[in-house]
Amino acid sequence: MIGFITLSSSLTTQHSLFTTHYSPFTTINMNKIWIIARREFLSRVQKKTFLYTTILLPIVIFGLYGLIIYFSVKTADHFKIAIADNAKVFGGKIDGKEDFQFVFVQNESIVSLKEKIAKKELDGYVWVPEGFSTAKGDTISFVSGKTVGLMNREQIQKHINNSLEQQRLLSSLQITKSQLDSMQKGRDIKFATVDGKEENDAKAGISFGVGYISGFLIYIVLFIYGTMVMRGVMEEKTNRIAEVIISSVKPFQLMMGKITGIGAVGLVQFIIWIVLTITLRIFLPLVIPGMAETTNVMNHGATEAMQTAKNSGAFDGVMNGLSEINFGLILTCFIFYFIGGYLLYSSLFAAVGSAVNEDPQDAQSLLLPITMPIIFGIVIMTKAVNDPTSGLAVFGSLFPLTSPIVMMARIPFGVPNTVPYWQLALSMLLLILGFLSTTWVSARIYRVGILMYGKKATWKELWKWAWR
Amino acid sequence: MASILQLQNLKKYYATQKAVDDISFDIEEGNIFGLLGPNGAGKTTLLRMITGIFYPDSGSITFDGRAFDPENDIIKIGYMPEERGLYKKMKIGEQALYLAQLKGLSRNDAMKQIKFWFKRLEMESWWNKKVEDLSKGMSQKLQFVTTVLHEPKLIILDEPFSGLDPVNANLIKDEIYGLAQRGSTIIFSTHRMEQVEEICDHIVLVNLGKKILDGTVAEVKQQFKEHKFSIKLGGIPSDIEDPAYQVLDQKGNSFTMKINEGFHSNDVLQHFIGQGVMIESFNEILPSLNDIFIQLVNDTKSVSRAFN
Repeated sequence: MIGFITLSSSLTTQHSLFTTHYSPFTTINMNKIWIIARREFLSRVQKKTFLYTTILLPIVIFGLYGLIIYFSVKTADHFKIAIADNAKVFGGKIDGKEDFQFVFVQNESIVSLKEKIAKKELDGYVWVPEGFSTAKGDTISFVSGKTVGLMNREQIQKHINNSLEQQRLLSSLQITKSQLDSMQKGRDIKFATVDGKEENDAKAGISFGVGYISGFLIYIVLFIYGTMVMRGVMEEKTNRIAEVIISSVKPFQLMMGKITGIGAVGLVQFIIWIVLTITLRIFLPLVIPGMAETTNVMNHGATEAMQTAKNSGAFDGVMNGLSEINFGLILTCFIFYFIGGYLLYSSLFAAVGSAVNEDPQDAQSLLLPITMPIIFGIVIMTKAVNDPTSGLAVFGSLFPLTSPIVMMARIPFGVPNTVPYWQLALSMLLLILGFLSTTWVSARIYRVGILMYGKKATWKELWKWAWR
Repeated sequence: MASILQLQNLKKYYATQKAVDDISFDIEEGNIFGLLGPNGAGKTTLLRMITGIFYPDSGSITFDGRAFDPENDIIKIGYMPEERGLYKKMKIGEQALYLAQLKGLSRNDAMKQIKFWFKRLEMESWWNKKVEDLSKGMSQKLQFVTTVLHEPKLIILDEPFSGLDPVNANLIKDEIYGLAQRGSTIIFSTHRMEQVEEICDHIVLVNLGKKILDGTVAEVKQQFKEHKFSIKLGGIPSDIEDPAYQVLDQKGNSFTMKINEGFHSNDVLQHFIGQGVMIESFNEILPSLNDIFIQLVNDTKSVSRAFN
């Protein structure tokens, strides 16, 4: 977005009406796309709704999010669980951290346990009936006074299962606890890449999370700002201002000005969101203790990461994983694919906007061919985060209609390990060529559509406008 | 006077019809020029070519003595299309400034012009209002101002009075005269024939993509006159019949008549004077542009414009 300001004639500022007839003005050949973009940008940024959605919305979301975490963390703190092990499957001991206290009880009936729960002496119990055997595939159940949160549920399950498994191994192999521990140590597999770098276990999970979020953000960007462009075009058409402006500027300039202006709105909005997120992420854990760990884990949405992190003792693993991810590169690529994908799709949205009239319903059927590739993109993306080097993922990240979404999901897995440089370069090149061609086609449709009143156009007609 | 705009053999064909089919005419500088035609005659397409929105398929446009160059000549043209409107949510002052800047005016010049015109049309208090707060007439006024505030050499007004009450219509009409007097050329496109008769110097009538009439208003009327006269007499003459004319209508002492081929108005007068009847008034009835318009359009209706 560069506005060229050239003073093309000497300054004659005398007011001239009624004296000389024409060309009385100093003509400033300010780029007209720039003038249009500035209006599109300012008219949106100055609205109150922009302020609400950009600043208040994330704060509200973060606030709610914080509250939910706060309460889930708070209720988590102490679980006293009675184990009525009538079949002696646990060997009298379950390793519990301070959050979970497992107490073995004997000669208690289910009824008396329930009473204790009612008196708040216990939070829950596990009843293991006599003759219970894991080998037979029997199941046991955990009974609690109140509903247990998802995180706690997982923790309890893990503790109990680990203990059960250990006992089973001990009894079936007839070995001591220390022998078993040494055996299990050797079980670990470390993942490393050819270049010798040892991969952090947490990294795969974090890459998954970051990739998923990046891809999804691009998907949202394409829709939100694409639709905004389309509505803007429709507004100009229904207000009948299009022809007034077209008599001063070329349709292409009007379209590009609108796309540039709204793109700038999007960019500003995202930058504000990124800054806000970073500030809140630093700020919130200070306010709500104990949240740091949980948010870190949950933000990157991967249960694998959480488990590895827990296993390795602390969330060091996550932190290491995070530090191994090249956020500079991701952010740069994000902005590139944001702009590239936006330019590619927004011109198509503009073309659709120019082809319909007052009725927003009309837009639906014309939008389908545009939204399809975006949906395909998100579908390929969900596959790509699980297997970032599959043929489908590579294709999706090169094909310009899906590459902004799919490539952003692959990049966090590592450049050049997962995404070779040539793929990144080719994908970017194809995206640039892609948006140049969609813009060219759209401009031709737009040029005709913007001046057409009456019935809405069909795809067949749009095709004719584009190629005639 | 020199021509400001010359159209030569302009053609613009769409897939299904010939929107503009070989039209040529000249517009003299300082004229108020009427471009007439029924709906779908090709007026809008023609105007869009003159304003550089469309390129003609063939033919040439000469503007101000040189080949028309839309990119650079646009600042010398002000176009108020028939399908017109403004951004509803935008403040009026900002809107005028925006449109003027799009024409190529600098911010300072634009501000100066807007202030001048707003003052002239008593719109100063509107600056911070939004278009959606204006009545239809007010927004038409604003639209007119945004069309002319860059002092274009050529002003094109498509149905400029639609939606205006008589007071505001008169105001705009006076402005149009003023602009023409100060040297602007005005192309005025409408179906409202009484306005054309009142305002225009020169008219062109197009129908089905072709020019079917071209001349000054007086010339056109002369060309289509039907030798009708109205005469008011001091009394009723004993002998009304005469080979020189046919009486079309009689209301008391007033007669409407058509003079027959080979006779002259003097023959009529002599007939009555010979009988000693006082003649109080004697006028030629020229056809209204409306009648001419309807007649010509009906005549060309049967001609098909479609490709065969």
